[in-house]
Amino acid sequence: MGSASSLFERLGGINLLPVLLAIIAFVLIGSPSTWVTLTVAGLAMGMMIFLMASGLSLVFGLMDVLNFGHSAFVSFGAFIAASVLAALAAWVGADNIALNLLAMFLAIAAAALFGLLAGWVFERVIIKPVYRDHLRQILITMGALIVAEQLILAIWGGSPISVPRPHFLTGSLIIGDISIELYRLFAFALGLIAYIALFTVLNRTRVGLLVRAGVENREMVEALGYRIDRLFIGVFVLGSALAAIGGAMWAGYETLITAAIGSEMMIIVFIVIIIGGLGSIEGSLLGALMVGLMGNYVAFLAPKMALASNMILMMAILLWRLYGLRPAVK
Amino acid sequence: MTTPILQLDGVSTDIAQYHILHEVSLDVPEGGVHVLLGRNGAGKTTTLRTVMGLWKARQGAIRFRGDDIAKLHTSEIARKGIAFVPENMGVFGGLTVEENMRLATHDGSFDRERLDRVYALFPALEKFWTKSSWSLSGGQKQMLAIARAIIERRDLILIDEPTKGLAPAIILNMVDAFREIARETTILLVEQNFLFAKSLGQTVAVIDDGHIAHTGNMADLVDDTALQTKLLSLSLDAHQ
Repeated sequence: MGSASSLFERLGGINLLPVLLAIIAFVLIGSPSTWVTLTVAGLAMGMMIFLMASGLSLVFGLMDVLNFGHSAFVSFGAFIAASVLAALAAWVGADNIALNLLAMFLAIAAAALFGLLAGWVFERVIIKPVYRDHLRQILITMGALIVAEQLILAIWGGSPISVPRPHFLTGSLIIGDISIELYRLFAFALGLIAYIALFTVLNRTRVGLLVRAGVENREMVEALGYRIDRLFIGVFVLGSALAAIGGAMWAGYETLITAAIGSEMMIIVFIVIIIGGLGSIEGSLLGALMVGLMGNYVAFLAPKMALASNMILMMAILLWRLYGLRPAVK
Repeated sequence: MTTPILQLDGVSTDIAQYHILHEVSLDVPEGGVHVLLGRNGAGKTTTLRTVMGLWKARQGAIRFRGDDIAKLHTSEIARKGIAFVPENMGVFGGLTVEENMRLATHDGSFDRERLDRVYALFPALEKFWTKSSWSLSGGQKQMLAIARAIIERRDLILIDEPTKGLAPAIILNMVDAFREIARETTILLVEQNFLFAKSLGQTVAVIDDGHIAHTGNMADLVDDTALQTKLLSLSLDAHQ
């Protein structure tokens, strides 16, 4: 038992869990082409969830703030991206990768810009007055979420909105009898870039060092001479922008969105940050990949269990590791 | 008589509905080690945290080099030249020893001379420089917490029960380290370990139930067993 555990740790430890999940799924699914398709879909979904979850995890870790309004940024990101893509329909539908990319870039940039600005206002107006008061945080952020969803209904109406995909992302990559949607590859690549950027900032810069320290012990960072509240605004704004980008990408993935897109995703986002461990980017990535893979595999193998699968995954992990897979504070 | 580096004047602090400090007045002279003694729950930690601004005083003045710092943010108090080593050491376990130390520098770079001094005081830190702080023993974490407080010049270091849970051999090393540190910095030391406190302290204040019950020279308290018994409900002999 001890040697098996030591071998597991040497091979990568809990970082291997998504790989183990994929291997088990491979055995159960049987068909390699189906498995590849589901795995890529799971990884892409995981990366989009990671974008939505990472900011929330850091916000909670750094300031102990429970922001149930986080999903409003996902929803607005999705609708703003959809509107930009609709406005640039000629570029989106053009048989020209440069124009397609530009349209996609502008849609994502508009969502991110909204996330930055709205995140700043949200933190100053909604969050700041209720620092260190969890009950009020829950109440006021839930209230803000309801207001945000009503705003979306007022602006975009109650009917589902169709989200056009840029022409170059509409097809599939065919390798033998394996078919992989290009949009999923794009979503995976974008999520990976975001993770590498976040990881680099957190591990290679002084600001990142402060964030990592602040997640562990806010008071001590202040006692060393730093204003953690100012750092928190930056993290909150960045987290809101990432959520909006995640929402923009998710809109293209779903292709049909409603005002409830954010709150629907929020359950999965909370599962991810609980599985991964609060305040940890690595944990959020690990949790998001597992949730993405699990969701896709189970939807294929036992569709009726799809909704419950991630809850079961969360319970199993919490029974094994009470604070999640890679919590920032051990 | 020199002006005290730190003065508490009628400081009262509440935590939630509890009144912890009651008009505490205390002068900490500049230079050397000064000890705040008291039983569990007497208000020692609250006094240090109030000085650092981690808990705000309800009333009273806290003056550092004559400036009232009672209303300042903790980070501003720290930047005035006060370092804090909390009871739980406040070491960032997820960071390496080097990263912990780097955070305590104002621009992220080390003064080579001061770093060598830290290594000389606490050789274990050089050995574990690139290791995660989680991997350190309790004594090594305490060394790191203190090293962080001295990696740059501070005028005053507040240290909360540094000997708690440490082995006797490590406590002896701490005594030497504190004597060395006190050559350039004033230390306000909160302790329950009277043997450790008396080996370092020049002055002593005893706090009881949120009130200052005694202030004076440590040597006088050491010589007066009856006063020790009265103030601390202990006698030095019992610890020898």
